[in-house]
Amino acid sequence: MANKTGATIELLNVSKVYPNQPEPAVENFTMTINPGELVMLVGPSGCGKTTTMKMINRIIEPSSGSIKIDGQDILTLDQNQLRRNIGYVIQQIGLFPHMTIAENVAVVPTLLGWSKDKIRARVAEMLELVELDPSVFSNRYPKQLSGGQQQRVGVARALSADPPVMLMDEPFGATDPITRERLQAEFQQLQANIGKTIVFVTHDFEEAIKLGDRIAVLSKRSKIEQFDTPANILANPASEYVASFIGEGAALKRLALMRVDSAVESGNATGPAISRDENLRVALDSVVLNAGRPVPVVGGGRVSIESISAALGIDVSRLGQ
Amino acid sequence: MGKYDLSLIWPFFLDKLDEIIELSTEHVLVVLISVLLATIFGVSLGLFAWDKPLLRSASIATAGVILTIPSMALLALMIPTFGLGWVPTLIALALYSLLPIVRNTVVGLREVPEAVMESARGMGMSPLRVLLSVQMPIAWPVILTGLRVATQLAIGIASIAAYVAGPGLGVYIFKGLSMLGAKNALNFALTGTVMIIIIALLFDALFILIKRLTTSRGIRG
Ligand SMILES: Nc1ncnc2c1ncn2[C@@H]1O[C@H](COP(=O)(O)OP(=O)(O)O)[C@@H](O)[C@H]1O
Ligand SMILES: [Mg+2]
Repeated sequence: MANKTGATIELLNVSKVYPNQPEPAVENFTMTINPGELVMLVGPSGCGKTTTMKMINRIIEPSSGSIKIDGQDILTLDQNQLRRNIGYVIQQIGLFPHMTIAENVAVVPTLLGWSKDKIRARVAEMLELVELDPSVFSNRYPKQLSGGQQQRVGVARALSADPPVMLMDEPFGATDPITRERLQAEFQQLQANIGKTIVFVTHDFEEAIKLGDRIAVLSKRSKIEQFDTPANILANPASEYVASFIGEGAALKRLALMRVDSAVESGNATGPAISRDENLRVALDSVVLNAGRPVPVVGGGRVSIESISAALGIDVSRLGQ
Repeated sequence: MGKYDLSLIWPFFLDKLDEIIELSTEHVLVVLISVLLATIFGVSLGLFAWDKPLLRSASIATAGVILTIPSMALLALMIPTFGLGWVPTLIALALYSLLPIVRNTVVGLREVPEAVMESARGMGMSPLRVLLSVQMPIAWPVILTGLRVATQLAIGIASIAAYVAGPGLGVYIFKGLSMLGAKNALNFALTGTVMIIIIALLFDALFILIKRLTTSRGIRG
Protein backbone atom coordinates (compact mmCIF):
# COMPACT_ATOMS: atom_id res chain seq x y z
CA MET A 1 0.00 0.00 0.00
CA ALA A 2 2.72 2.43 -0.90
CA ASN A 3 0.47 4.51 -3.11
CA LYS A 4 -1.02 6.86 -0.59
CA THR A 5 -3.50 8.49 -2.91
CA GLY A 6 -5.45 5.37 -3.66
CA ALA A 7 -5.06 1.65 -4.06
CA THR A 8 -6.61 -1.01 -6.24
CA ILE A 9 -9.09 -3.26 -4.48
CA GLU A 10 -9.91 -6.62 -6.02
CA LEU A 11 -12.58 -8.89 -4.65
CA LEU A 12 -12.71 -12.32 -6.26
CA ASN A 13 -15.55 -14.78 -5.66
CA VAL A 14 -15.98 -13.51 -2.14
CA SER A 15 -18.70 -15.19 -0.09
CA LYS A 16 -19.86 -14.89 3.48
CA VAL A 17 -22.03 -17.39 5.28
CA TYR A 18 -22.89 -16.35 8.84
CA PRO A 19 -22.93 -19.17 11.39
CA ASN A 20 -26.33 -20.87 11.64
CA GLN A 21 -27.68 -19.07 8.58
CA PRO A 22 -29.15 -21.19 5.78
CA GLU A 23 -28.25 -18.71 3.03
CA PRO A 24 -25.05 -16.83 2.36
CA ALA A 25 -25.25 -13.07 3.08
CA VAL A 26 -22.82 -12.49 0.21
CA GLU A 27 -22.30 -14.96 -2.62
CA ASN A 28 -19.49 -14.96 -5.18
CA PHE A 29 -18.93 -11.25 -5.16
CA THR A 30 -16.36 -10.17 -7.73
CA MET A 31 -15.34 -6.56 -8.34
CA THR A 32 -12.26 -4.54 -9.18
CA ILE A 33 -12.05 -1.00 -7.88
CA ASN A 34 -9.51 1.36 -9.45
CA PRO A 35 -7.14 3.62 -7.50
CA GLY A 36 -8.83 6.86 -6.52
CA GLU A 37 -12.26 5.60 -7.47
CA LEU A 38 -15.36 6.12 -5.36
CA VAL A 39 -17.60 3.10 -5.71
CA MET A 40 -21.09 3.16 -4.26
CA LEU A 41 -22.70 -0.09 -3.14
CA VAL A 42 -26.40 0.57 -3.28
CA GLY A 43 -29.29 -1.79 -2.63
CA PRO A 44 -32.19 -2.47 -0.30
CA SER A 45 -31.71 -3.12 3.39
CA GLY A 46 -30.41 -6.60 4.12
CA CYS A 47 -28.99 -7.24 0.65
CA GLY A 48 -25.46 -7.63 1.98
CA LYS A 49 -23.85 -4.23 1.37
CA THR A 50 -22.39 -3.86 4.86
CA THR A 51 -21.18 -7.44 4.97
CA THR A 52 -19.44 -7.00 1.62
CA MET A 53 -17.74 -3.79 2.73
CA LYS A 54 -16.65 -5.04 6.15
CA MET A 55 -14.82 -7.97 4.66
CA ILE A 56 -12.37 -5.52 3.12
CA ASN A 57 -10.99 -4.53 6.56
CA ARG A 58 -11.73 -7.94 8.04
CA ILE A 59 -14.22 -6.70 10.59
CA ILE A 60 -16.05 -9.63 9.03
CA GLU A 61 -13.94 -12.56 7.86
CA PRO A 62 -14.85 -13.88 4.41
CA SER A 63 -15.97 -17.52 4.26
CA SER A 64 -14.33 -17.96 0.87
CA GLY A 65 -12.81 -16.03 -2.00
CA SER A 66 -9.94 -13.58 -1.99
CA ILE A 67 -9.55 -9.87 -1.43
CA LYS A 68 -6.47 -8.00 -2.59
CA ILE A 69 -5.39 -4.45 -2.00
CA ASP A 70 -2.71 -3.33 -4.45
CA GLY A 71 -2.13 -6.97 -5.26
CA GLN A 72 -1.62 -8.08 -1.66
CA ASP A 73 -3.96 -10.69 -0.25
CA ILE A 74 -5.40 -9.07 2.86
CA LEU A 75 -5.65 -12.39 4.67
CA THR A 76 -1.85 -12.60 4.67
CA LEU A 77 -1.48 -9.17 6.30
CA ASP A 78 -1.56 -8.47 10.01
CA GLN A 79 -5.16 -7.55 10.75
CA ASN A 80 -4.36 -4.43 12.78
CA GLN A 81 -1.73 -3.20 10.31
CA LEU A 82 -4.27 -3.64 7.54
CA ARG A 83 -6.90 -1.64 9.40
CA ARG A 84 -4.53 1.23 10.16
CA ASN A 85 -4.24 1.65 6.39
CA ILE A 86 -7.98 1.69 5.79
CA GLY A 87 -10.10 4.63 6.91
CA TYR A 88 -13.34 3.48 8.45
CA VAL A 89 -16.51 5.51 8.88
CA ILE A 90 -19.77 4.03 10.14
CA GLN A 91 -23.27 5.42 10.39
CA GLN A 92 -23.31 5.44 14.20
CA ILE A 93 -19.97 7.31 14.00
CA GLY A 94 -18.55 5.67 17.12
CA LEU A 95 -16.39 8.54 18.33
CA PHE A 96 -14.66 7.82 21.63
CA PRO A 97 -16.72 9.77 24.18
CA HIS A 98 -13.93 10.01 26.75
CA MET A 99 -11.46 11.57 24.34
CA THR A 100 -11.39 15.12 23.03
CA ILE A 101 -11.97 15.76 19.34
CA ALA A 102 -8.21 16.19 18.85
CA GLU A 103 -7.51 12.90 20.64
CA ASN A 104 -10.11 11.13 18.54
CA VAL A 105 -8.55 12.35 15.31
CA ALA A 106 -5.09 11.41 16.62
CA VAL A 107 -5.95 7.75 17.28
CA VAL A 108 -4.45 6.09 14.21
CA PRO A 109 -1.39 8.36 13.95
CA THR A 110 -0.74 7.51 17.61
CA LEU A 111 -1.07 3.79 16.88
CA LEU A 112 1.41 4.29 14.04
CA GLY A 113 3.86 5.94 16.42
CA TRP A 114 4.00 9.39 14.86
CA SER A 115 5.79 12.12 16.80
CA LYS A 116 3.75 14.47 18.99
CA ASP A 117 4.47 17.49 16.77
CA LYS A 118 3.54 15.69 13.60
CA ILE A 119 0.31 14.46 15.17
CA ARG A 120 -0.63 17.91 16.43
CA ALA A 121 -0.08 19.45 13.01
CA ARG A 122 -1.97 16.65 11.32
CA VAL A 123 -4.98 16.93 13.65
CA ALA A 124 -5.30 20.65 12.93
CA GLU A 125 -4.98 20.01 9.21
CA MET A 126 -7.68 17.30 9.30
CA LEU A 127 -10.12 19.42 11.30
CA GLU A 128 -9.68 22.26 8.83
CA LEU A 129 -10.23 19.83 5.98
CA VAL A 130 -13.68 18.95 7.35
CA GLU A 131 -14.41 22.61 8.10
CA LEU A 132 -14.17 22.50 11.87
CA ASP A 133 -12.07 25.28 13.36
CA PRO A 134 -9.30 23.53 15.36
CA SER A 135 -9.06 26.36 17.87
CA VAL A 136 -12.75 25.90 18.67
CA PHE A 137 -13.18 22.14 18.47
CA SER A 138 -9.85 20.48 19.39
CA ASN A 139 -10.50 20.40 23.11
CA ARG A 140 -14.21 19.69 23.02
CA TYR A 141 -15.74 16.29 23.66
CA PRO A 142 -17.98 14.44 21.19
CA LYS A 143 -21.13 15.02 23.26
CA GLN A 144 -20.64 18.76 22.84
CA LEU A 145 -20.98 18.49 19.04
CA SER A 146 -24.04 18.24 16.78
CA GLY A 147 -24.62 15.07 14.79
CA GLY A 148 -23.31 16.65 11.62
CA GLN A 149 -20.18 17.93 13.37
CA GLN A 150 -19.58 14.51 14.91
CA GLN A 151 -19.78 12.87 11.51
CA ARG A 152 -17.25 15.40 10.19
CA VAL A 153 -14.94 14.36 13.01
CA GLY A 154 -15.61 10.75 12.03
CA VAL A 155 -14.38 11.51 8.52
CA ALA A 156 -11.37 13.47 9.82
CA ARG A 157 -10.47 10.58 12.11
CA ALA A 158 -10.68 8.09 9.25
CA LEU A 159 -8.46 10.27 7.06
CA SER A 160 -5.89 11.26 9.65
CA ALA A 161 -3.20 8.73 8.77
CA ASP A 162 -3.75 9.35 5.05
CA PRO A 163 -4.88 5.80 4.24
CA PRO A 164 -5.09 4.83 0.56
CA VAL A 165 -8.48 3.19 1.12
CA MET A 166 -11.65 4.35 2.87
CA LEU A 167 -14.70 2.32 3.82
CA MET A 168 -17.85 4.26 4.56
CA ASP A 169 -21.07 2.61 5.73
CA GLU A 170 -24.04 4.97 5.32
CA PRO A 171 -21.96 7.76 6.87
CA PHE A 172 -24.60 10.44 6.36
CA GLY A 173 -27.61 8.21 6.91
CA ALA A 174 -28.44 9.37 10.42
CA THR A 175 -28.38 13.11 9.74
CA ASP A 176 -31.31 15.35 8.81
CA PRO A 177 -31.81 16.08 5.09
CA ILE A 178 -30.28 19.56 5.16
CA THR A 179 -27.19 18.48 7.08
CA ARG A 180 -26.89 15.46 4.82
CA GLU A 181 -26.86 17.62 1.68
CA ARG A 182 -24.15 19.81 3.16
CA LEU A 183 -22.05 16.84 4.26
CA GLN A 184 -22.44 15.26 0.83
CA ALA A 185 -21.37 18.44 -0.94
CA GLU A 186 -18.38 18.87 1.37
CA PHE A 187 -17.44 15.26 0.97
CA GLN A 188 -17.61 15.53 -2.82
CA GLN A 189 -15.24 18.51 -2.65
CA LEU A 190 -12.97 16.61 -0.28
CA GLN A 191 -12.76 13.53 -2.46
CA ALA A 192 -11.95 15.71 -5.48
CA ASN A 193 -8.83 16.79 -3.58
CA ILE A 194 -7.73 13.62 -1.82
CA GLY A 195 -8.54 10.98 -4.41
CA LYS A 196 -8.85 7.99 -2.08
CA THR A 197 -10.13 4.64 -3.19
CA ILE A 198 -13.49 4.59 -1.45
CA VAL A 199 -16.13 1.95 -0.97
CA PHE A 200 -19.27 3.75 0.10
CA VAL A 201 -22.40 1.89 1.20
CA THR A 202 -25.81 3.51 0.94
CA HIS A 203 -29.43 2.56 0.43
CA ASP A 204 -30.12 6.02 -1.01
CA PHE A 205 -29.92 5.94 -4.79
CA GLU A 206 -29.89 9.75 -5.03
CA GLU A 207 -26.81 9.79 -2.82
CA ALA A 208 -25.21 7.13 -5.00
CA ILE A 209 -25.74 9.18 -8.15
CA LYS A 210 -24.53 12.34 -6.55
CA LEU A 211 -21.28 10.99 -5.12
CA GLY A 212 -20.28 7.87 -6.99
CA ASP A 213 -17.75 7.49 -9.80
CA ARG A 214 -19.35 4.10 -10.33
CA ILE A 215 -22.38 2.52 -8.73
CA ALA A 216 -22.94 -1.16 -8.05
CA VAL A 217 -26.66 -1.85 -7.76
CA LEU A 218 -27.00 -4.91 -5.56
CA SER A 219 -29.80 -7.38 -4.95
CA LYS A 220 -30.05 -10.20 -2.41
CA ARG A 221 -26.82 -11.93 -1.42
CA SER A 222 -24.95 -8.91 -2.74
CA LYS A 223 -25.56 -9.95 -6.36
CA ILE A 224 -24.34 -7.22 -8.72
CA GLU A 225 -27.26 -6.26 -10.97
CA GLN A 226 -25.33 -3.49 -12.68
CA PHE A 227 -21.95 -1.86 -12.16
CA ASP A 228 -21.43 1.30 -14.13
CA THR A 229 -21.21 5.08 -13.99
CA PRO A 230 -24.27 6.94 -12.68
CA ALA A 231 -24.96 8.39 -16.15
CA ASN A 232 -24.84 5.00 -17.85
CA ILE A 233 -27.05 3.35 -15.25
CA LEU A 234 -29.61 6.12 -15.56
CA ALA A 235 -29.49 6.00 -19.36
CA ASN A 236 -29.47 2.22 -19.69
CA PRO A 237 -30.70 0.35 -16.63
CA ALA A 238 -29.68 -3.27 -17.10
CA SER A 239 -32.88 -4.78 -15.77
CA GLU A 240 -36.32 -4.13 -14.35
CA TYR A 241 -34.76 -4.40 -10.91
CA VAL A 242 -32.31 -1.58 -11.60
CA ALA A 243 -35.00 0.52 -13.28
CA SER A 244 -37.26 0.15 -10.27
CA PHE A 245 -34.39 1.17 -8.05
CA ILE A 246 -33.83 4.32 -10.07
CA GLY A 247 -37.49 5.14 -9.62
CA GLU A 248 -39.28 8.13 -11.09
CA GLY A 249 -37.58 11.00 -12.83
CA ALA A 250 -34.60 9.22 -14.39
CA ALA A 251 -34.20 11.98 -16.99
CA LEU A 252 -34.07 14.71 -14.37
CA LYS A 253 -31.55 12.71 -12.35
CA ARG A 254 -29.37 12.37 -15.44
CA LEU A 255 -29.61 16.07 -16.14
CA ALA A 256 -28.35 16.79 -12.65
CA LEU A 257 -25.15 14.94 -13.59
CA MET A 258 -24.53 16.90 -16.81
CA ARG A 259 -23.00 20.32 -17.28
CA VAL A 260 -24.57 23.18 -19.20
CA ASP A 261 -21.46 22.97 -21.41
CA SER A 262 -22.79 19.81 -23.02
CA ALA A 263 -26.00 21.43 -24.26
CA VAL A 264 -24.96 24.88 -25.46
CA GLU A 265 -26.23 25.76 -28.92
CA SER A 266 -25.55 28.89 -30.91
CA GLY A 267 -28.15 31.58 -31.09
CA ASN A 268 -29.59 34.41 -29.06
CA ALA A 269 -31.92 34.33 -26.11
CA THR A 270 -33.38 36.66 -23.57
CA GLY A 271 -33.77 36.05 -19.87
CA PRO A 272 -31.43 35.48 -16.91
CA ALA A 273 -28.10 34.01 -18.09
CA ILE A 274 -26.86 30.71 -16.71
CA SER A 275 -23.25 29.65 -16.00
CA ARG A 276 -21.57 26.95 -18.11
CA ASP A 277 -20.60 25.12 -14.88
CA GLU A 278 -24.19 24.69 -13.73
CA ASN A 279 -25.90 21.36 -14.22
CA LEU A 280 -28.56 20.81 -16.83
CA ARG A 281 -31.28 20.25 -14.28
CA VAL A 282 -30.85 23.82 -13.12
CA ALA A 283 -30.73 24.93 -16.79
CA LEU A 284 -34.00 23.17 -17.50
CA ASP A 285 -35.50 24.86 -14.47
CA SER A 286 -34.45 28.24 -15.88
CA VAL A 287 -35.92 27.45 -19.28
CA VAL A 288 -39.23 26.43 -17.73
CA LEU A 289 -39.31 29.60 -15.63
CA ASN A 290 -38.57 31.50 -18.86
CA ALA A 291 -41.90 30.21 -20.25
CA GLY A 292 -40.13 27.48 -22.22
CA ARG A 293 -38.01 29.92 -24.21
CA PRO A 294 -34.24 29.37 -24.49
CA VAL A 295 -32.02 31.10 -21.91
CA PRO A 296 -28.61 32.69 -22.61
CA VAL A 297 -25.39 31.11 -21.34
CA VAL A 298 -22.69 33.24 -19.72
CA GLY A 299 -19.90 33.65 -22.26
CA GLY A 300 -22.06 33.06 -25.33
CA GLY A 301 -24.67 30.71 -26.79
CA ARG A 302 -27.89 29.48 -25.22
CA VAL A 303 -29.69 26.38 -23.98
CA SER A 304 -33.15 25.32 -25.09
CA ILE A 305 -35.53 22.41 -24.45
CA GLU A 306 -34.27 20.90 -27.69
CA SER A 307 -30.57 21.26 -26.90
CA ILE A 308 -31.08 19.80 -23.42
CA SER A 309 -33.04 16.87 -24.79
CA ALA A 310 -30.41 16.32 -27.45
CA ALA A 311 -27.74 16.21 -24.79
CA LEU A 312 -29.71 13.40 -23.16
CA GLY A 313 -29.81 11.63 -26.52
CA ILE A 314 -33.50 12.25 -27.08
CA ASP A 315 -34.62 13.42 -30.52
CA VAL A 316 -37.30 15.98 -29.76
CA SER A 317 -38.36 16.38 -33.37
CA ARG A 318 -39.66 12.82 -33.31
CA LEU A 319 -41.64 13.23 -30.10
CA GLY A 320 -45.38 13.51 -30.57
CA GLN A 321 -45.30 12.00 -34.05
CA MET B 1 -33.00 -0.71 82.24
CA GLY B 2 -33.15 2.87 83.42
CA LYS B 3 -33.75 5.91 81.30
CA TYR B 4 -30.66 6.72 79.25
CA ASP B 5 -29.14 10.16 79.63
CA LEU B 6 -27.66 11.23 76.31
CA SER B 7 -25.62 14.01 77.88
CA LEU B 8 -23.40 11.37 79.46
CA ILE B 9 -22.00 10.28 76.10
CA TRP B 10 -19.81 13.36 75.71
CA PRO B 11 -17.71 12.80 78.85
CA PHE B 12 -17.49 9.13 77.85
CA PHE B 13 -16.29 10.13 74.40
CA LEU B 14 -13.58 12.44 75.75
CA ASP B 15 -12.50 9.88 78.29
CA LYS B 16 -12.09 7.15 75.66
CA LEU B 17 -10.85 9.41 72.85
CA ASP B 18 -7.51 7.66 72.33
CA GLU B 19 -9.12 4.27 72.12
CA ILE B 20 -11.88 5.53 69.82
CA ILE B 21 -9.29 6.98 67.45
CA GLU B 22 -7.36 3.72 67.50
CA LEU B 23 -10.40 1.58 66.79
CA SER B 24 -11.57 3.95 64.05
CA THR B 25 -8.15 3.84 62.41
CA GLU B 26 -8.23 0.06 62.52
CA HIS B 27 -11.68 0.07 61.05
CA VAL B 28 -10.64 2.30 58.16
CA LEU B 29 -7.51 0.27 57.61
CA VAL B 30 -9.25 -3.08 57.53
CA VAL B 31 -11.80 -1.73 55.04
CA LEU B 32 -9.10 -0.18 52.84
CA ILE B 33 -6.99 -3.30 52.71
CA SER B 34 -9.86 -5.70 52.07
CA VAL B 35 -11.46 -3.51 49.38
CA LEU B 36 -8.05 -3.10 47.78
CA LEU B 37 -7.59 -6.87 47.68
CA ALA B 38 -11.10 -7.33 46.31
CA THR B 39 -10.45 -4.62 43.70
CA ILE B 40 -7.25 -6.21 42.46
CA PHE B 41 -8.87 -9.59 42.19
CA GLY B 42 -12.36 -8.47 41.15
CA VAL B 43 -11.35 -5.99 38.44
CA SER B 44 -8.83 -8.47 37.00
CA LEU B 45 -11.52 -11.14 36.95
CA GLY B 46 -13.94 -8.73 35.29
CA LEU B 47 -11.39 -7.69 32.66
CA PHE B 48 -10.75 -11.32 31.89
CA ALA B 49 -14.32 -12.61 31.99
CA TRP B 50 -16.45 -9.81 30.54
CA ASP B 51 -16.61 -11.30 27.04
CA LYS B 52 -16.77 -14.97 28.07
CA PRO B 53 -20.45 -15.70 28.76
CA LEU B 54 -19.94 -18.80 30.88
CA LEU B 55 -17.09 -17.50 33.01
CA ARG B 56 -18.81 -14.16 33.42
CA SER B 57 -22.06 -15.67 34.70
CA ALA B 58 -20.19 -18.09 36.93
CA SER B 59 -18.09 -15.30 38.46
CA ILE B 60 -21.05 -13.08 39.24
CA ALA B 61 -23.13 -15.98 40.54
CA THR B 62 -20.32 -17.15 42.83
CA ALA B 63 -19.72 -13.67 44.18
CA GLY B 64 -23.46 -13.41 44.74
CA VAL B 65 -23.60 -16.64 46.69
CA ILE B 66 -20.73 -15.53 48.91
CA LEU B 67 -22.66 -12.42 49.79
CA THR B 68 -25.61 -14.48 51.01
CA ILE B 69 -23.52 -16.36 53.58
CA PRO B 70 -24.30 -14.80 56.99
CA SER B 71 -21.21 -12.90 58.10
CA MET B 72 -21.07 -14.55 61.54
CA ALA B 73 -21.07 -17.95 59.87
CA LEU B 74 -18.36 -17.06 57.37
CA LEU B 75 -16.14 -15.61 60.09
CA ALA B 76 -16.68 -18.61 62.33
CA LEU B 77 -15.86 -20.95 59.45
CA MET B 78 -12.52 -19.26 59.03
CA ILE B 79 -11.35 -19.60 62.62
CA PRO B 80 -10.01 -23.17 62.24
CA THR B 81 -7.91 -22.20 59.23
CA PHE B 82 -6.92 -18.62 59.86
CA GLY B 83 -7.32 -18.23 63.58
CA LEU B 84 -8.55 -14.98 65.11
CA GLY B 85 -7.90 -11.33 64.37
CA TRP B 86 -6.95 -9.46 61.22
CA VAL B 87 -6.49 -12.29 58.75
CA PRO B 88 -9.97 -13.84 58.82
CA THR B 89 -11.47 -10.36 58.91
CA LEU B 90 -9.59 -9.21 55.81
CA ILE B 91 -10.43 -12.37 53.90
CA ALA B 92 -14.11 -12.26 54.78
CA LEU B 93 -14.46 -8.59 53.93
CA ALA B 94 -12.61 -9.03 50.64
CA LEU B 95 -14.93 -11.89 49.72
CA TYR B 96 -18.03 -9.88 50.56
CA SER B 97 -16.76 -6.92 48.54
CA LEU B 98 -16.28 -8.98 45.41
CA LEU B 99 -19.82 -8.97 44.03
CA PRO B 100 -20.29 -5.25 43.37
CA ILE B 101 -16.77 -4.98 42.01
CA VAL B 102 -16.89 -7.93 39.61
CA ARG B 103 -20.43 -7.22 38.53
CA ASN B 104 -19.86 -3.53 37.85
CA THR B 105 -16.62 -4.20 36.02
CA VAL B 106 -18.36 -6.69 33.73
CA VAL B 107 -21.43 -4.51 33.25
CA GLY B 108 -19.35 -1.39 32.62
CA LEU B 109 -17.15 -3.08 30.02
CA ARG B 110 -20.14 -4.60 28.27
CA GLU B 111 -22.09 -1.35 28.20
CA VAL B 112 -19.59 0.33 25.88
CA PRO B 113 -21.61 0.99 22.69
CA GLU B 114 -21.05 -1.49 19.86
CA ALA B 115 -20.31 1.38 17.45
CA VAL B 116 -17.45 2.55 19.69
CA MET B 117 -16.08 -0.98 19.91
CA GLU B 118 -16.32 -1.49 16.18
CA SER B 119 -14.65 1.77 15.28
CA ALA B 120 -11.86 1.00 17.76
CA ARG B 121 -11.25 -2.36 16.11
CA GLY B 122 -11.72 -0.85 12.67
CA MET B 123 -8.92 1.60 13.31
CA GLY B 124 -6.52 -1.20 14.08
CA MET B 125 -6.41 -1.32 17.88
CA SER B 126 -5.45 -4.69 19.33
CA PRO B 127 -8.03 -6.28 21.68
CA LEU B 128 -5.89 -5.42 24.72
CA ARG B 129 -5.57 -1.84 23.55
CA VAL B 130 -9.33 -1.59 23.01
CA LEU B 131 -9.88 -2.95 26.51
CA LEU B 132 -7.43 -0.64 28.26
CA SER B 133 -7.67 2.59 26.31
CA VAL B 134 -11.30 2.57 25.19
CA GLN B 135 -13.44 0.26 27.31
CA MET B 136 -11.79 0.77 30.66
CA PRO B 137 -12.01 4.59 30.67
CA ILE B 138 -15.60 4.50 29.45
CA ALA B 139 -16.56 1.87 32.04
CA TRP B 140 -14.63 3.64 34.80
CA PRO B 141 -17.54 5.52 36.45
CA VAL B 142 -19.51 2.25 36.65
CA ILE B 143 -16.53 0.36 38.09
CA LEU B 144 -15.95 3.14 40.59
CA THR B 145 -19.57 2.90 41.70
CA GLY B 146 -18.94 -0.80 42.31
CA LEU B 147 -15.94 0.07 44.49
CA ARG B 148 -18.04 2.56 46.40
CA VAL B 149 -20.79 0.05 47.11
CA ALA B 150 -18.18 -2.55 48.08
CA THR B 151 -16.62 -0.08 50.50
CA GLN B 152 -19.93 0.73 52.18
CA LEU B 153 -20.64 -2.97 52.46
CA ALA B 154 -17.24 -3.63 54.01
CA ILE B 155 -17.57 -0.76 56.48
CA GLY B 156 -20.81 -2.25 57.80
CA ILE B 157 -19.73 -5.86 57.88
CA ALA B 158 -16.37 -4.98 59.44
CA SER B 159 -18.14 -4.25 62.72
CA ILE B 160 -18.92 -7.92 63.01
CA ALA B 161 -15.21 -8.75 62.88
CA ALA B 162 -15.03 -8.23 66.62
CA TYR B 163 -16.70 -11.62 66.83
CA VAL B 164 -13.42 -13.24 65.74
CA ALA B 165 -11.41 -10.78 67.81
CA GLY B 166 -10.89 -8.72 64.71
CA PRO B 167 -9.99 -5.03 64.60
CA GLY B 168 -12.26 -2.03 64.39
CA LEU B 169 -15.23 -0.35 65.98
CA GLY B 170 -17.14 -3.61 66.24
CA VAL B 171 -15.26 -4.06 69.49
CA TYR B 172 -17.28 -1.23 71.04
CA ILE B 173 -20.57 -2.45 69.66
CA PHE B 174 -20.03 -5.99 70.91
CA LYS B 175 -18.82 -4.71 74.26
CA GLY B 176 -21.93 -2.55 74.62
CA LEU B 177 -24.25 -5.38 73.66
CA SER B 178 -22.60 -7.85 75.99
CA MET B 179 -22.97 -5.59 79.03
CA LEU B 180 -26.47 -4.37 78.30
CA GLY B 181 -27.96 -2.78 81.39
CA ALA B 182 -24.60 -1.70 82.74
CA LYS B 183 -23.72 1.95 83.08
CA ASN B 184 -21.72 2.44 79.86
CA ALA B 185 -23.40 -0.21 77.68
CA LEU B 186 -25.23 2.21 75.41
CA ASN B 187 -22.30 4.62 75.36
CA PHE B 188 -20.11 1.91 73.87
CA ALA B 189 -22.68 0.72 71.34
CA LEU B 190 -23.71 4.21 70.32
CA THR B 191 -20.15 5.51 69.96
CA GLY B 192 -19.23 2.51 67.79
CA THR B 193 -22.27 2.98 65.60
CA VAL B 194 -21.91 6.73 65.16
CA MET B 195 -18.22 6.43 64.31
CA ILE B 196 -19.05 3.80 61.69
CA ILE B 197 -21.62 6.11 60.14
CA ILE B 198 -19.10 8.95 60.10
CA ILE B 199 -16.50 6.72 58.45
CA ALA B 200 -19.06 5.65 55.84
CA LEU B 201 -19.91 9.28 55.06
CA LEU B 202 -16.24 10.20 54.77
CA PHE B 203 -15.57 7.33 52.39
CA ASP B 204 -18.56 8.35 50.32
CA ALA B 205 -17.26 11.90 50.06
CA LEU B 206 -13.86 10.52 49.09
CA PHE B 207 -15.41 8.48 46.29
CA ILE B 208 -17.30 11.48 44.95
CA LEU B 209 -14.01 13.34 44.84
CA ILE B 210 -12.16 10.46 43.17
CA LYS B 211 -14.91 10.13 40.58
CA ARG B 212 -14.67 13.79 39.70
CA LEU B 213 -10.90 13.68 39.45
CA THR B 214 -10.58 10.47 37.44
CA THR B 215 -13.54 10.51 35.05
CA SER B 216 -13.08 12.12 31.63
CA ARG B 217 -15.10 15.29 31.18
CA GLY B 218 -16.52 13.75 28.04
CA ILE B 219 -18.44 11.08 29.95
CA ARG B 220 -19.25 12.91 33.15
CA GLY B 221 -23.00 13.06 33.73
N1 LIG C 1 -23.72 -10.98 12.45
C1 LIG C 1 -24.68 -11.53 11.66
N2 LIG C 1 -25.12 -12.79 11.92
C2 LIG C 1 -26.06 -13.36 11.14
N3 LIG C 1 -26.62 -12.77 10.08
C3 LIG C 1 -26.23 -11.52 9.76
C4 LIG C 1 -25.23 -10.84 10.54
N4 LIG C 1 -25.04 -9.62 10.00
C5 LIG C 1 -25.86 -9.53 8.94
N5 LIG C 1 -26.59 -10.67 8.78
C6 LIG C 1 -27.56 -10.96 7.72
O1 LIG C 1 -26.90 -10.90 6.47
C7 LIG C 1 -27.70 -10.24 5.52
C8 LIG C 1 -26.97 -9.03 4.96
O2 LIG C 1 -26.82 -8.07 5.98
P1 LIG C 1 -26.07 -6.69 5.76
O3 LIG C 1 -24.76 -6.95 5.11
O4 LIG C 1 -26.05 -5.98 7.04
O5 LIG C 1 -27.04 -5.95 4.72
P2 LIG C 1 -27.18 -4.41 4.34
O6 LIG C 1 -25.98 -3.69 4.83
O7 LIG C 1 -27.30 -4.41 2.87
O8 LIG C 1 -28.44 -3.92 4.98
C9 LIG C 1 -29.00 -9.89 6.20
O9 LIG C 1 -29.94 -10.88 5.90
C10 LIG C 1 -28.65 -9.91 7.65
O10 LIG C 1 -29.76 -10.30 8.42
MG1 LIG D 1 -25.91 -2.06 6.24
